Amino acid sequence: MNTIICMKQVPDTETRFQVSSGKIVEEGIQYVVNPYDEYAIEECLLKKEAAGEGQVTVICMGPDRAREAILQALALGCDEAIHLNDPAFEGADAFTTAQVLAAAINKVGEYDFIFTGKQGVDNDNAQVGILLAEMLDLPHVSVITKLDIAGGKATAQREVEGGKQVVETSLPAVFSAQKGLNEPRYPSFRGIRQAKRKPYTTWTANDLGIDPAVLESKSELVSVALPPERGGGRIIEGEPAEAAKELVRLLREEAKVI
Amino acid sequence: MSNNILVVAEVRDGAVKNVTFEMLGKAAALAAKTGGVAEAALLGAGVADQADLLAQYGADKIYLADDPALETFSSEGYTNVLANIVGQAEPAAVFLAASAAGKDIAPRLAARLGVGLESDCTDFALDDDGRLLITRPIYAGKVIATVKLKSTPQMTTVRPNVLGAPEPDASRTAAVEKLAVDVGNVRAQVVDTLMAEGGEVPLTEATIIVSGGRGVKGPEGFAPVRALAKALGASVGSSRAAVDAGWIDHSHQVGQTGKTVTPNLYVACGISGAIQHLAGMKTSKVIVAINKDPDAPIFNFADYGIVGDLFDVVPLVEKEVEALLAE
Repeated sequence: MNTIICMKQVPDTETRFQVSSGKIVEEGIQYVVNPYDEYAIEECLLKKEAAGEGQVTVICMGPDRAREAILQALALGCDEAIHLNDPAFEGADAFTTAQVLAAAINKVGEYDFIFTGKQGVDNDNAQVGILLAEMLDLPHVSVITKLDIAGGKATAQREVEGGKQVVETSLPAVFSAQKGLNEPRYPSFRGIRQAKRKPYTTWTANDLGIDPAVLESKSELVSVALPPERGGGRIIEGEPAEAAKELVRLLREEAKVI
Repeated sequence: MSNNILVVAEVRDGAVKNVTFEMLGKAAALAAKTGGVAEAALLGAGVADQADLLAQYGADKIYLADDPALETFSSEGYTNVLANIVGQAEPAAVFLAASAAGKDIAPRLAARLGVGLESDCTDFALDDDGRLLITRPIYAGKVIATVKLKSTPQMTTVRPNVLGAPEPDASRTAAVEKLAVDVGNVRAQVVDTLMAEGGEVPLTEATIIVSGGRGVKGPEGFAPVRALAKALGASVGSSRAAVDAGWIDHSHQVGQTGKTVTPNLYVACGISGAIQHLAGMKTSKVIVAINKDPDAPIFNFADYGIVGDLFDVVPLVEKEVEALLAE
């Protein structure tokens, strides 16, 4: 059972952003493994353990700082890491990111399935896994909360409005992980010690045979801004029964929302 | 290429969803400024009767793919059909709903067409060249980005409940072109659908949400939250703390690793207001906070607050709502 995780390093979800001259201030941001990618990693480890054999490869596109996230994936139990690191990759949009990842995956070779998180919690695109599937001519199931592999095919549950769809697919395929898929493990001390001795390969655009000229993003960031601050409103005083009555009156007569 | 904007109708259980009307209203207004019109793609099985509605909300032409093969959704099948429609319509832009289906199709279609895609957009304007200036929240809404697409068609998915639907015009009609459907080779097939009990409106489309957080103290603590939601015809949300504690399923989670919601009314019960929760709900039109901690950050964002134990206050609010709605 050979599996590939495409992982991203993103700002911690507790980050409070500052904007200066239409750009996000990057100073002081703490970076972590994208939360949805933790479910992707765990699922690949579980499937390898269930199969009793296989190789889990983590691929991460990112600058030098992404090494920390990659070492964490190795500490969790991934067998091998590929770091896609090239100034030409900076500022990549979802499309060019998927192009680079697809080239790396083709170079890795054989696999049973590919996992991404359902979205990066930075740009919130929720695109790369599905783009990859189309670029690699593979089926996909996105936003999954359950995965069974048997008899050379997969059955996944994917979250939709008001419930779940059960989807069957041939393999290889691409899956994107939703929270609830599993309970990610914590790295063990042994895992952390071993991480630094595991295979860690860095590939540039040149290593992938990619002409940086084709990596022109299709999306252009014009500017960023912080959303308008929302001021606190009114605290409704009084005994609970009075306050409840007043709240409902205000929602009907002032806010007109019920 | 035309100056038209193609809106892919969001159809569930044979009915076009409101987000489609929101997209049509915006598409018609934008296209009119560049000499184009709004067109619609209507895919499904037995959906032809929905075409009139699309016309009433602004579509001038409808590409109708009505075929039993489209009864069950598949990203591959819908992409194959839509790629043909886009090839024929040559639109300047394509709008899909930022729904489970729309988000599953749009990237595959974008890759097929070799174009860029902006996800979960909340507003649109035009630049001097008639290209879309697109607003989309990033970092779960902690930052608002303005973006442009350099490729054509300009593909976007549109967040429900934000743009607002126009008034329908019953006198509007549209040309309907019925297409021969070939879904092609579909490798990932939906074989079953498991719907949650209760038939609640999905959080992303709900007009009222009542949420519980750490303050509900356990799974049974959601009872007053659910009761108030029922009285209001609302959907039930939760904070990450309540999901991580195992008190409620993740599909209810609002916030950065859950849903981003934009209801008319959001009632936060026993939710302190961690930054990652606020990111997912602070664009709600009206926010109510009920929390026993007067220093909870949620009160800095709430239009109305009651400082008190949710187990005392929420049932009283429920009683008042029932009395009001019974009038």
